[in-house]
Formats: sequence, structure tokens, C-alpha cells
Amino acid sequence: MDYFLKLLLSGTAKGSIYALIALGYTMVYGIIKLINFAHGEIYMIGAFVALLVGGTLQSAGVNPAVILVVSTLAAVFFAAAYGLTMEKIAYKPLRTAPRLSVLISAIGMSMFLQNLVLLSQTEKYLSFPSFLPEFLFLKPIRGYINSTQFIILIITSIVMVLLTLLIKFTLIGKAMRATSQDREMAQLVGININSVITVTFIIGSATAAIGGILICSYMGQINYYIGFIAGIKAFVAAVLGGIGSIPGAVLGSFVLGWTESLGTGYISSDYEDSFAFIILILILTVKPSGILGRKENQKV
Amino acid sequence: MEKIMEIDNLSMVFGGLKAIDNVNMSINSGAITALIGPNGAGKTTLFNCITGVYKPTSGSVSIKKPGQKESEKISGLKPHIINRKGLARTFQNIRLFSNMSVLENVMVGRHHKLKANIMGALLRDRKTREEEEKVVNDSYEILKKINLHKFVNEMARNLPYGAQRRLEIARALSTDPFLLLLDEPAAGMNPLETRELEDTINRLRSEEKITILLIEHDMSLVMNISEHIYVVDYGKMIAEGSPDEVKRNPDVIKAYLGE
Amino acid sequence: MEDFNWKEYLKDSFISMLWFSLLLFPMLVMKITVKGGMADVTYRWGYLVVIPVSAFILSALWKYFRERQQGGDKADKRGEIAALFRRTFIENRTVKKVSIISAILIMAFYPVFSGMYNTNVMISALIYIMLGLGLNIVLGLGGMLHLGHAAFFAVGAYTYGLFFKYAGQFFVDAGISTGWMFWIALPAGGIMAAVFGVLLSLPVLRLRGDYLAIVTLAFGEIMRMVLQNWGNVTGGATGISLIPRPWLFGINVTPRLAAVYIYYIVFAFVIISIITVSRLENSRIGRAWEAMREDEIACQSMGIDLVRNKLTAFILGSVWAGVAGVLFASQTTYINPDSFTIWESILILCIVVLGGTGSISGVILGALIIKLLPEYMRAFAQYRLLVFGLALVLMMIFRPGGIIKKVRKIYRFPLDEENDAAAEGQN
Ligand SMILES: Nc1ncnc2c1ncn2[C@@H]1O[C@H](COP(=O)(O)OP(=O)(O)OP(=O)(O)O)[C@@H](O)[C@H]1O
Ligand SMILES: [Mg+2]
Repeated sequence: MDYFLKLLLSGTAKGSIYALIALGYTMVYGIIKLINFAHGEIYMIGAFVALLVGGTLQSAGVNPAVILVVSTLAAVFFAAAYGLTMEKIAYKPLRTAPRLSVLISAIGMSMFLQNLVLLSQTEKYLSFPSFLPEFLFLKPIRGYINSTQFIILIITSIVMVLLTLLIKFTLIGKAMRATSQDREMAQLVGININSVITVTFIIGSATAAIGGILICSYMGQINYYIGFIAGIKAFVAAVLGGIGSIPGAVLGSFVLGWTESLGTGYISSDYEDSFAFIILILILTVKPSGILGRKENQKV
Repeated sequence: MEKIMEIDNLSMVFGGLKAIDNVNMSINSGAITALIGPNGAGKTTLFNCITGVYKPTSGSVSIKKPGQKESEKISGLKPHIINRKGLARTFQNIRLFSNMSVLENVMVGRHHKLKANIMGALLRDRKTREEEEKVVNDSYEILKKINLHKFVNEMARNLPYGAQRRLEIARALSTDPFLLLLDEPAAGMNPLETRELEDTINRLRSEEKITILLIEHDMSLVMNISEHIYVVDYGKMIAEGSPDEVKRNPDVIKAYLGE
Repeated sequence: MEDFNWKEYLKDSFISMLWFSLLLFPMLVMKITVKGGMADVTYRWGYLVVIPVSAFILSALWKYFRERQQGGDKADKRGEIAALFRRTFIENRTVKKVSIISAILIMAFYPVFSGMYNTNVMISALIYIMLGLGLNIVLGLGGMLHLGHAAFFAVGAYTYGLFFKYAGQFFVDAGISTGWMFWIALPAGGIMAAVFGVLLSLPVLRLRGDYLAIVTLAFGEIMRMVLQNWGNVTGGATGISLIPRPWLFGINVTPRLAAVYIYYIVFAFVIISIITVSRLENSRIGRAWEAMREDEIACQSMGIDLVRNKLTAFILGSVWAGVAGVLFASQTTYINPDSFTIWESILILCIVVLGGTGSISGVILGALIIKLLPEYMRAFAQYRLLVFGLALVLMMIFRPGGIIKKVRKIYRFPLDEENDAAAEGQN
């Protein structure tokens, strides 16, 4: 029972990180119907920027709390900037192109960014210093949940709530929902599609960067390739929950986190990464619209 | 008159929207029948239900090929099966194979009339070569009928708009249908092209003995060529009859002009 | 040229200069190493000159090409010139014949006048041509973005590898040359790939294009993980070694001669592939595939069974990859999971997309570029994925058809020729 609870908690922590990345996927998919392959790279770049900025400040002997705040802000800013630029270069010119072309462009972007970091930084795993504080009050239950996991849960919840508020109640949120429901109609009623897309990319990239910092602190290491695997897993989570649906992305992420955690705990840790893929194939065979997604009836 | 298609209590629901609501309809062999109604009335949806693109929520569609005794139910079947039974259609928002040539578009329509399998295609034996030669010539003949033969090798997407609409018809014809469903064939055509289209449709009926069901917003075309007209509004069949009857029907006038 | 708005260019370029300097600063100027828990950041200030200058120039070029692409009448004129060029060189029958024959001759005698190293490099390029042509059936004709092609390559290679690992001793005991095993593995690899193709297509064929991409990718990764982790059967990360070369009349040949021999086997397969694909393309099956790529709904409404045609395309593509896998195993005599990663699949995708989707000569050119360029330009090798990635993006934007666009078959009819003659007479 103890073991199970432990696995469940670590699965929850993992799931909440996937959720932060999956949100970007699902939002972008909702609006331009693109699997943004390069989304994982944005999250990797966010984490790298945090490491670079944090490392600089650390060697200058700055107070850890300041390091945490400044490096997070820098990561969020740069991730958003990369997301935005990527959209302008690789996706915007293809607005009217066939969907496969855009998808191929996304794959190209993913290759490019990954190798940009590989060549300009290093191919080795770097240890990622934990910028996150230790909480003393968690000491008694440390066997179940550590400070990092605790922070992950808290931050993810905050981001989720903010995002929900944004989408439900702000003007841009409404425009986003309208665009994802019917792009042409939204355009007709005067919504500027391009700015909606831009904002979507900015928000998605920023949340991904937060996810990047958290996961690297959790794992304690970083490398140019982390974005790819985590990106695919987050995508699986988004599909699992029903792509295009924000609560779906969160739910799917938790389900994936639990499955991985329990799977590695009870079955075999060799196949940790394959659980996501097996779930993906199963869900798409049985219910391609995901847990919370609605069945799409293509208009003819 | 022999009925070749019968639609019985057909409904199609999308989420909460009843796009088609208990529609009944029948098509006479050799007739030109029109289906009209305001935008969003559910005309295209009805075509989609007949041709298997959508699975209707309830009700049935059955056909009886000319000369056959038994009628058979086709609703719920896959689109390619329905097509092979002799129903062909065009699309309102042109759906040509745009990166293939005009001739190839038509050749695709003859796919299931041909027999060559992978081995045949690889070995190119005499039978396959002859078959291939025949399909090229047959397709060319079809293009001639629709007066598109001067574009044979042109890429479908490079055709002028009106010609694309006609290619939709040629492609549908190439599957040898007994019932042809045309979804707004005259949309975007100029008056001259529309007149030619009218001739073509009449010719198809008289020379090829093809029964035609068409959706059209161009009322003068509809009134000129159709014997029988069905009117839908908000998914319901609100009127039917000869062009004159429909023109005088108060419900129809109301549906078109609003309250 | 009169409407060349240089002020706007200057402004845009200046903005992108600033923007990219900021964007790339942490990645290019800063470099981090972490030693003993302490981060050490070094700076490469040289980039602070390189980035703005290249951003300035590239931005102007980008703007120029985008505008030219969108511009109407100017583009038409270029189109005419391009068409003229195409008619005189590419579509001209004699030119085509001469170039095909000389290409075949060069390739046929290639191992004779080149060393063993070059021969081996060319063999792997030829194997990738096969892989590319296989994917071309699925992607170029069928329109399915298949990101797990390398998995089928692996199925072929491992069919041979495992066959040798478990049955090799039997052949030795029975006094039969293990070289024979290649000839058994060749069809077996194709068949195994077909079996896996059917297995994968069960979930895949009903899916929309982008889901299909991600599921095939997942399949590829699962396959690699199984090969990697199922150590006691597949040899795990170390793989299988000492796989025999094909039998050659019982002669124990030198490695160099073996390479030449394998070269000709692979070459023959490439020729077969080319003939197969070009014949399929112009058959009822190929037309159905292309129609399916263009518009699935219209295709079905024209009486074409989508599932069946997708299945044949998928299986055929898989079989090609499987056979290529057996050839690969016999060439390298050593296989491990690293040769079959997702990046291998994406490289094959690059071959097809960059070379020319759907175009046979395009795929051949693509495979040669992607396999030979990094091999002979060592300095380039480490940048290859960066460059190919960027090339994918640019290709989609500026030339979605690839380097060599597919040329459609021209059909001639008697009446047409009369018309043409009449038209020419008037000129
Ligand atoms: N796949 C679908 N999912 C949801 N709603 C649909 C779908 N297809 C059609 N509808 C809805 O059904 C209604 C009928 O649409 P339909 O296209 O049949 O109209 P129509 O009579 O052909 O109109 P028009 O003359 O404009 O072509 C519309 O309200 C449309 O939005
Ligand atoms: Mg309609």
C-alpha cells in the first residue's frame, strides 16, 4: 500500500509536468490544427535558458531566491520569444498549405532547434542545479513527497487556474475559443486570427518553459534531447485527454503520469518510455477523440 | 413512372442540430429532380447521407436500379460501395484531385471497372496494357462529352472555375452511374456557362439515360430543367411538386423571403 | 524593380537584427558547463558580430523571396522560363534517355573504378534510395506521413540477424555455407515486414493524417525499445555481429570483392524498385493512391475502397524497407538498434520531401544528397541535421514539390496532335 501510494504521488508530480507541456500542444492544435512537433524543443530551450541565467547568477553569488525568480522569468521570456518566432517563420507562411506540409515544417523546426542547442552548447547531460527551496515542514512525509514534487504540484495548479480564468473570462480567451471552434466564422465576426495564433503560441511556450524548469529540477539534469521525448509524451497526454480540450490535456497528463509510474514500479523500468506509446496506439484505435474530446464530424 | 430511389423518414443529427428532420422523398427514373432551399437548409447533408459520406441517424435510403425488381437498402453502407451500386455525385466545394491531370481525374473514376492487380501493373502483360489503353480512350470520350477534352493534360487545379465544376461532373460520369447527384453545379458560373451546363444536363438525361437529382440556387436553371422540385427548410421537407406548383406555394415563398 | 521599397527592407532587417541578437544571445554567445555542481558560463563574443550581420542579410533575403513568391505577374514570367527550361531539358525525350543511360552506366561501373570505401558508401546510398522509394509509395503516392519507416528497415535487418544467430549453427553443422542464409533471409525479411505492416495498419489506417504520423512514430520507438531491451533474444544494445555476407559460388572472397558483389545485388534491387514504382504509378493502383492523397472523401465517392488501397500502399512500402534491411545487414555484417531510431525515419522522410515527393528521380537525388554529402564533406557532417531541418521548413514554404518536382505523364490523342500541328502552322 505504501509503495502504491508513493508511486501514485510521483506519478501525480510527473503528470502535472506533462500537463504544463500538453497545454501548449492542445491549445495550438485547437487553433491551427497542427501537431507542433517543435513544442518540446521550446520547453527544452526554456530550461536551458534558466540554466544559463541561473548559472551566471550562481557564480556571481546571488541570493537563491533571486536566482529562482530571475531565471524563471528569463526562461519564460525566451521560450515565448522562440515560440513566437518559430510560428512566424515556419507556420505562418503555410496558413493555406495542406496540413501535411505544416506538419513536415514542424518536424524540420524540431530538428533545427534540437541541433542548434546540441551544436552551440553540448551533447552531454548537464547536471541541473536545484534552484528550488527545501521545505522543512515536509520532512516527516519525505518518503512520500519531496519538496520538488510539492512545488511542482503547487505551481501546476496555479498555472492551470490562471489559464482557465484567462480562457473563460478575458477577451483574448473568448477569441481563442471562437477561433478553435470555427476559424472562418471567427474571422467573419472580426477576430484577428493572426494575433490569436500569436498569443496562443506565447502562452503555450511560456507554460512549457515553466514545465521545463520544473522537470529539470526534478530530474536534476538536462540535455538537448529532453524536449523530444517529453514533447511526444505530452502530446500523447493531450490526445489521451482529447486534443483541443484544456481539461482533457490535464486529465490525460495525470493518467499518463500514473500509468508510467505504476508501470515502471510494478512491471519493468526498462520500458518506461514505451507505456506512453502503447497507450497512444490503444487510445487512437479505440477512441480517437480521447477521454474528454468530442467526436469530430468532418464537414463535407 | 418507376421509382429508382426512395428516402424514408431520414434524419441526421449533429450534436443538438437536426440538420435533416424526417425527410421523405422519391426519385423517378429518367427524371430531372431538383432539391432547393435556403442556405443551411440541409441539402448537402441530405446528399451526404444518400452517398454514404455521413451515416444517417435514423431512417433509410433504398434504390432500385432500372430494370431490377427488388429494391435494396443503401443507407449505412460505405461511400465506395454506394458508388459502385450506381450513384455518383459532385461536390459543392469542389473536391477534385487537384494535383492530377484532368484525364487522370476521370481515369480514377473508372478504377473499379478495371481489373489489373499489383502483379498485372508490375508485369504490364497484354491484358493490362489493353485495359489501360481502353481506360485512357474511354476517359477521353467522357471528357469530350463534357467539352473538357482540350484540357486533357492540364493539372486539375489550373482549370478555370467553371471548367472545374464540369470536371466534377465528368469524373462522376466516369463511374457509370444511373443516378447522378449534382450539388450546385452552376455555382460561380457565368450565364453562358450556365446555359451550356443546362444543355449538358439535358443531354445526359436524354442520351445517356441518367437520372438526375440536383441542388441549385439558380432558380431560372432549376425552373427550366426540372420536372419535379423538393423544397427543404431547416431540415424539413416543406413542399414538393412541379416548378409551377412550387413557385406558387406560400410556404416556399415564406421560407425564401422570411416572415 | 521600380517598386523596390528599400526603406521597408532596411527597417525590417534592422528589427530582425535586434530581435535575433536577443533571441540567440543565450544559445550562441553563452556556453555553459557544469562542474561539480557549479555552473561555469563562458562567452563567445564573436557571435555578437556574426548574428546581427547574418540576421540582417537573411531577413532581407527572406522578405525578397516571400514577396517574389506572392507577386503575380513577375512570377508568371519566371514560370514561363522555367517551363521552357523544363520542356527543352527535362521533358525532352532524348535528353532524358541520354541522361538515364549514362547514369546507369556510371552506376554500373562505379565499383570498378572506385575503392572499397567509396563502394561501401555508395552501397549505403543505394540502400537509402530503396528506403526512399518505399516511403515514396506510402507518402508520395498514398499521402500518408509515415514516421516509422526505420522500424520496417529494422524488421528486415533483424530477420536476417536473428535467423543467423539462431539457425547459423545448424547450417554450419550441416555443412552448408552460411552465405546461403542471405538468400533465404531476403524474401523472409520482406514477408516479416509485411506482417508487421499489417499489424500496424490495423490501428493506423482509420486515422487522420497527423494522427497517423504520430502513431507510426510511436510504433517505431516501441520497436527500437524492444530491440534494445529484450537483450537475451535480440542482443540488446550490442546487437548482432558477424552476420554472413551473401553466398558467392562458395568462394571465400576478400572484403573488397564482397563489397563489389553486394554493390551489384543492391544495384539490381534499386533498378527493380525504380521499375516497380514507375509502373505502379501509372497503373490503376497508383492512380487510386494519388487520388487518396489528394482527397479521401472524393476518392471514396468515386468507388475506391480507401482501407484496401491504404493497406496495399502501406504493406508495399514496408516490404521495400524490409528487403532494404536485409541488404543493410549483409553489407555491414553488424546491426544494433542505433541504426533504426526515429531519426533514421526522419532522414528517410527528408530524402523524399527534399528530393521531390512522388518523383522517382527526386527521391534518388535526395538519397544521394543526404547520404553522400555528410560522408564526403566531413566538416558538414555535424551540421547535417541542423541543415536538413531548416531545409525541410524552407522547402515546404518555397518549393513544396521538392528539388525535382514530379512530372506528370502526358497523354497524346490523335485530335490533340492535329490541334498542335494546326497551332504551330499558324505561328
Ligand atoms: N459535419 C457537420 N457537423 C456539424 N454540423 C453540420 C455538419 N454538416 C452540416 N452541418 C450543419 O447542418 C446544417 C445544414 O448544412 P448543409 O450544408 O446541408 O446546408 P445546405 O442546404 O447545403 O446549404 P448551402 O445552400 O449553403 O449549401 C448547417 O447548419 C450546417 O452547419
Ligand atoms: Mg450545400
